[in-house]
Amino acid sequence: MERFSALSLAKKALGGHLGWKPQWRSVEQPKKAYDIIIVGGGGHGLGAAYYLAKQHGLRNIAVIERGWLAGGNTARNTTIIRSNYLFDESSSYYEHSLKLWENLSQELNYNVMFSQRGCLMVAHTVHDVQVFKRHVHANRLNGIDNEWLSAEEAKEFCPPLNISPNIRYPVLGASLQRRAGTARHDAVAWGFARAASDMGVDIIENCEVTGINRGPDGAVTGVETTKGTVNAKKVAVSAAGHSSVVLEMAGIRLPLQSNPLQALVSEPVKPAFPTIVMSNTIHAYISQSDKGEMVIGAGTDSYVSYTQRGGLHIPAETLAAICELFPMFRRLRMMRSWGGITDNTPDRSPITAKTSVPGLYVNCGWGTGGFKATPGAANLFAWTIAKNEPHPINAPFTIERFRDGVMIDEAAAAAVAH
Amino acid sequence: MLLIRCPYCGERAEVEFSNGGEAHIDRPADPMSLSAEEWAQFLYMRDNPKGLIAERWRHAHGCNRFFNAIRDTRTDRFVVTYEIGQPRPDVTPEQAAEAAR
Repeated sequence: MERFSALSLAKKALGGHLGWKPQWRSVEQPKKAYDIIIVGGGGHGLGAAYYLAKQHGLRNIAVIERGWLAGGNTARNTTIIRSNYLFDESSSYYEHSLKLWENLSQELNYNVMFSQRGCLMVAHTVHDVQVFKRHVHANRLNGIDNEWLSAEEAKEFCPPLNISPNIRYPVLGASLQRRAGTARHDAVAWGFARAASDMGVDIIENCEVTGINRGPDGAVTGVETTKGTVNAKKVAVSAAGHSSVVLEMAGIRLPLQSNPLQALVSEPVKPAFPTIVMSNTIHAYISQSDKGEMVIGAGTDSYVSYTQRGGLHIPAETLAAICELFPMFRRLRMMRSWGGITDNTPDRSPITAKTSVPGLYVNCGWGTGGFKATPGAANLFAWTIAKNEPHPINAPFTIERFRDGVMIDEAAAAAVAH
Repeated sequence: MLLIRCPYCGERAEVEFSNGGEAHIDRPADPMSLSAEEWAQFLYMRDNPKGLIAERWRHAHGCNRFFNAIRDTRTDRFVVTYEIGQPRPDVTPEQAAEAAR
């Protein structure tokens, strides 16, 4: 692997940027057998392959991707990274991830452009204020940074914010996690792919898994794909919105509903927005990309769909909220909108676990907030696959929690998909 | 935005409706006899098909009545909407092909 440094980049720049080589091996045809097959070549799947190779010494791994690398939700989200979740189980999972984010560029020798610009969660009602303060206290007890700001302090931190008392849902205050931030989504996938490929992981694109093969004892023996049968004793599914579809091949029914989640970007403008602002109550999520576009997250459509698009009334509602919170954006033109398919659990917490089928593992249910968890989920999924048992951090995130009534109810904590 | 045919009111815009999730889930006839696994199936496990789905809708800003629909989740095209209480209608291959188009 060609290591990047200031010197190597300068050399390439002086050479007219000629001579760049592909950063990972493109494997057209999978081998007959691997130790582990990972279904889904997004950030979570590629990351799991990386950590399996790096931390567990398992290198005979294939990542099988139906489309192209990171063409699904990894490329479709609004890249918000934070760990200020209410429940201990969730905040320790997301904090594990945030800590990995903080060193990810160095670890991968690949700039994922992680920018800790802070995340302001705006409160509009008395209930919001109480809930967010509870979040702040819960986080601080767990050693996770989060602080409460008055409306004036929030405006000082983010000057475009409209704190006028005369808007429909006035800003009463905000919670701020300063270590939260954004990252370049493609770079995350590319960085993991490059590092995993270098350690021997085969990445096979344009290869759809069409079946999961099982032996007489019920255990997994491999997968059927559009490029033939591939054998493996362990199959790990990290297929986001398509997790139900893939696991149905092994007869497993999941507590998931796949809904489109939409996002949109504006025309690029000069740096105008210093942080990330989220408002769960009026459904506005906004930050500015390095290209200058305002990146805006809208809500989910209410019905099950795999279309990667949704109704225009959903982003319209978000834009109404953005215009009221940030009047300076009222004349900004929107450039593109798109949808991704999110896999939502009833409690809006993920599943990173073994399944009832021996040798079959699943990392799903990340719903509308999986990007922030990319390195953490990948890291703990790798642990679960390698050791055939969960890490203490992801141990509560099983499928069986729905049977046993031990849900991690972030749905109620945030009162919104997040 | 979807155009949805309410069986009682006719075609209306999606914003008048709320989605009620998977259709034809019967409440347990004898709740006391259910195991934890059966409760989980009833409460939380759902079909999440990539293809035809039978789902409930409520005409919330209209007649306020529930009805069922069959829709293709790959295209969001409806095959048919029908009243609550009716069995899931059979979909002809032609209808399925039209919805998948």
